[in-house]
Amino acid sequence: MTLESKIPAGNVADKWTQYKSSVPLVNPANKRQLEIIVVGTGLAGASAAATLAEMGYKVKAFCFQDSPRRAHSIAAQGGINAAKNYQNDGDSIHRLFYDTIKGGDYRAREANVHRLAECSTSIIDQCVAQGVPFAREYGGTLSNRSFGGTQVQRTFYAAGQTGQQLLLGAYSGLERQVGLGNVKMYARHEMVEVVKIDGKARGIIARNLVTGELERHFGHAVLLCTGGYGNVFYLSTNAMGSNVTAAWKAHKAGAYFGNPCFTQIHPTCIPVSGHYQSKLTLMSESLRNDGRIWVPKKQNDDRHPNDIPEDERDYYLERRYPAFGNLVPRDIASRAAKERCDAGYGVGQSKMAVYLDFKYNMMQRYGRTEASKLNITNPDDETLIRLGKEVVKEKYGNLFDMYKQITNEDPYETPMRIYPAVHYTMGGLWVDYDLMTTVPGMYALGEANFSDHGANRLGASALMQGLADGYFVIPITIGNYLSKEIHTKPISTDHEAFVAAEKAANDRIQQLMNINGTRTVESYHRELGLIMWNKCGMARNEKGLKEAIAEIQALRADFYKNVRIPGSINEFNPELDKAGRVADFLELGELMCVDALQRNESCGGHFREEYQTEEGEALRDDANFMYVSAWENKGDSWELHKEELKYENIKIQQRSYK
Amino acid sequence: MSKLMKLNLKVWRQKNAESAGNFEEYKIDASPDMSFLEMFDVLNEQLIETGKEPVAFDHDCREGICGMCSMVIDGRPHGPKQGVTTCQLHMRSFNDGDTITVEPWRANGFPVIKDLTVNRSAFDRIIAAGGFVSTNAGNAVDANSILVPKEIADEAFEAATCIGCGACVSACKNASAMLFVGAKVTQLAMLPQGQPERQSRVVAMVNQMDAEGFGACTNTGACAAECPKQIPLSVIATLNREYISAKMNGK
Ligand SMILES: Cc1cc2nc3c(=O)[nH]c(=O)nc-3n(C[C@H](O)[C@H](O)[C@H](O)COP(=O)(O)OP(=O)(O)OC[C@H]3O[C@@H](n4cnc5c(N)ncnc54)[C@H](O)[C@@H]3O)c2cc1C
Ligand code: SF4
Ligand code: FES
Repeated sequence: MTLESKIPAGNVADKWTQYKSSVPLVNPANKRQLEIIVVGTGLAGASAAATLAEMGYKVKAFCFQDSPRRAHSIAAQGGINAAKNYQNDGDSIHRLFYDTIKGGDYRAREANVHRLAECSTSIIDQCVAQGVPFAREYGGTLSNRSFGGTQVQRTFYAAGQTGQQLLLGAYSGLERQVGLGNVKMYARHEMVEVVKIDGKARGIIARNLVTGELERHFGHAVLLCTGGYGNVFYLSTNAMGSNVTAAWKAHKAGAYFGNPCFTQIHPTCIPVSGHYQSKLTLMSESLRNDGRIWVPKKQNDDRHPNDIPEDERDYYLERRYPAFGNLVPRDIASRAAKERCDAGYGVGQSKMAVYLDFKYNMMQRYGRTEASKLNITNPDDETLIRLGKEVVKEKYGNLFDMYKQITNEDPYETPMRIYPAVHYTMGGLWVDYDLMTTVPGMYALGEANFSDHGANRLGASALMQGLADGYFVIPITIGNYLSKEIHTKPISTDHEAFVAAEKAANDRIQQLMNINGTRTVESYHRELGLIMWNKCGMARNEKGLKEAIAEIQALRADFYKNVRIPGSINEFNPELDKAGRVADFLELGELMCVDALQRNESCGGHFREEYQTEEGEALRDDANFMYVSAWENKGDSWELHKEELKYENIKIQQRSYK
Repeated sequence: MSKLMKLNLKVWRQKNAESAGNFEEYKIDASPDMSFLEMFDVLNEQLIETGKEPVAFDHDCREGICGMCSMVIDGRPHGPKQGVTTCQLHMRSFNDGDTITVEPWRANGFPVIKDLTVNRSAFDRIIAAGGFVSTNAGNAVDANSILVPKEIADEAFEAATCIGCGACVSACKNASAMLFVGAKVTQLAMLPQGQPERQSRVVAMVNQMDAEGFGACTNTGACAAECPKQIPLSVIATLNREYISAKMNGK
């Protein structure tokens, strides 16, 4: 099968407008006859389900948590980008488009990214209309801050809880449709199989996690909004339940997987503290607006950070990247931290951490402004700290509290210790311009698709993408498919395809339960995570990747011999749910290594040690690798398809933030 | 490496909604740097390795924001520390040799599913009854065309930080959900966008709350004291005021 990205013709700035005015529509009476399954209720899923229901489609929505409001999007902290140019600092749709393509190291599709930038402004309008309480200025207008990889202030936020507020907005829209009877919500349900009839997606098999029963659900189209797969690394900033299962079942049913190795390692997370560690906690990128990153100039310096004088500190990001300083993109900040720690300058007990220090801005930036507001001339340090602290508290209070709760150290007094951690997956199901996968009728939205972020995502762009996909893109593009389905009557779930899909899911569950070995699911997951982190993490090389593939294969074989899952199938059994997810991670991990191995270049978050500049920056190979790798599942192996990327509007350059 | 603490756990075990439950006792060594849920992870691995059934409990984000974790620890929802969810509670808040009792939320509105896991779907139904602004995607005006004073936006935000965990219900001797409902009603009543449905919203949400079997509020304030997000008791006053005013207007 050849890859058809279906990008509309025309000037990049006009494509979406033209597409919208010419795409086939479904009339209101027909919409009521069409059923859509939405798997996932994060920003992408909740916004899609609510909007499609508002338009008149019959929607069924699924999530594995006990309520749609608990999707992992709830945890997003820092903010959401939009090209509103409210700050009058030169922002525009084109600039957001440009920043995102460059931030992604020239590995994203121009047309999609431009559409994303166009939709960004409507997202903010929509959220405000729902009652999302964004941060505001005294004059009553919306407030903005900066995120990495940009030189404008375009990030909208609600303290350190932006994701929560956006998701609760989308969730309230979803619940409104539930109340109106337009959406049927299935919480504590996990999709475990895709149902295909005549090559088209026609439904899913979902497991009721309370009773363990398998259920058949029909839909004229299926939308996967199931989030990212960062938990393949075991330790990540993702929620514990985040998984690849839905996307993986789709992949096995014929959906190509795009750029699986493109993983984002976030530079500012609380470091690992013990072997029992179950997850890592992010300290939002917004902190880099006011926090300065440094390590001691001396190796193995054991002094307390507050005792290290200014001239003995190495503000290495400001030193190496003067134009962007502490606000370089994530991939660059993460590698720079690793470089310092590997070279022996790391801090803290493990020596695998760097400082994120607020003192300077607390005093000099905020303390001074507040003092001058109060007409205090020549304030002393103590006054500056006291006044500045109040401002910092208002901006980041919940993050500082969280840091203190976890580490028992007070970041108002002592610099935070931070280290990179797995955070986001740019890779995901390959989709065309319509967000359709290679299986007709099956779509992927939000973090679950590969589409907009290339090899590195800029901060505050995932929330933007999830909501753009759900509120503004899919409601239009799905018409392109469903307008041809108006004569398809709902298919009975007694159809043999449903019976077969349910049997396949049931057989898999039986197989897992029958192993009855000795090792816990958790222990396999932890071991897989270590392989991935060490060999397919922040730095990768050919030898390590080859080893990783062999190790994962061996681990997978052992899993199917020795895993122990307690309890039984027909009851609430979280260990069984987890076993199914880990089984899928054990396959995905291998594909990620296979993908990283074939990409003989470094770009964005994908850093192959063999391919770097003399200064240690990522060295792209545009002549040979300017494509999306889209992997087709062939049972025991994968076949690579390439979608060539064309840049007609942006001049490709060596990415520089110096 | 910090020294391990020796702890005794008394944990509520209940096979399913129909069966009667009972406490089981376990001994465990915990590091003070562990979170409460990481201690349960360790306990569960031990149970599985010795052929026993692990303890079922709800959790997801482990960052105090999704509202999924829900344990009553020594009689207090989310444990002894103010403003902290179960997942953000660390073992350094306990002492070597402690006996810790762990139970599920207990309320008619939240039936037990298994062990420490309960069913909180009643909260979703209360939101579905009216906890929203009726606006369809595509209808919105420019975000800055309606100004909202910072103090109002901040207060609405404070109420909006409710994570829907249900600790307030669990803490209340009447199992009242007034703090949860009051938080949403307050958020939307403060903002200009919430005005058109202000009165119908509060009546619909309160009716649904009553239908779900949550109890009445007798102003003891246990809810706000145990709320991990420190939603203030004043949202209940707002809720009452909004409700009375809507009723007087014949809603
Ligand atoms: C700690 C943290 C902070 C972040 N901060 C920011 C930020 O400030 N700005 C920003 O732009 N981005 C941020 N991100 C990234 C962003 O939050 C996510 O990329 C985004 O929210 C993903 O949304 P989603 O809708 O695609 O998926 P999710 O929100 O992950 O939702 C997935 C949904 O799918 C469901 N699901 C999954 N599998 C199944 C299955 N098999 N069956 C049924 N249901 C299933 C889940 O129940 C859930 O409802 C952050 C991420 C993290 C981890
Ligand atoms: S009001 Fe507080 S205790 Fe009640 S559900 Fe909300 S966050 Fe939880
Ligand atoms: S697990 Fe999310 S709030 Fe505790």
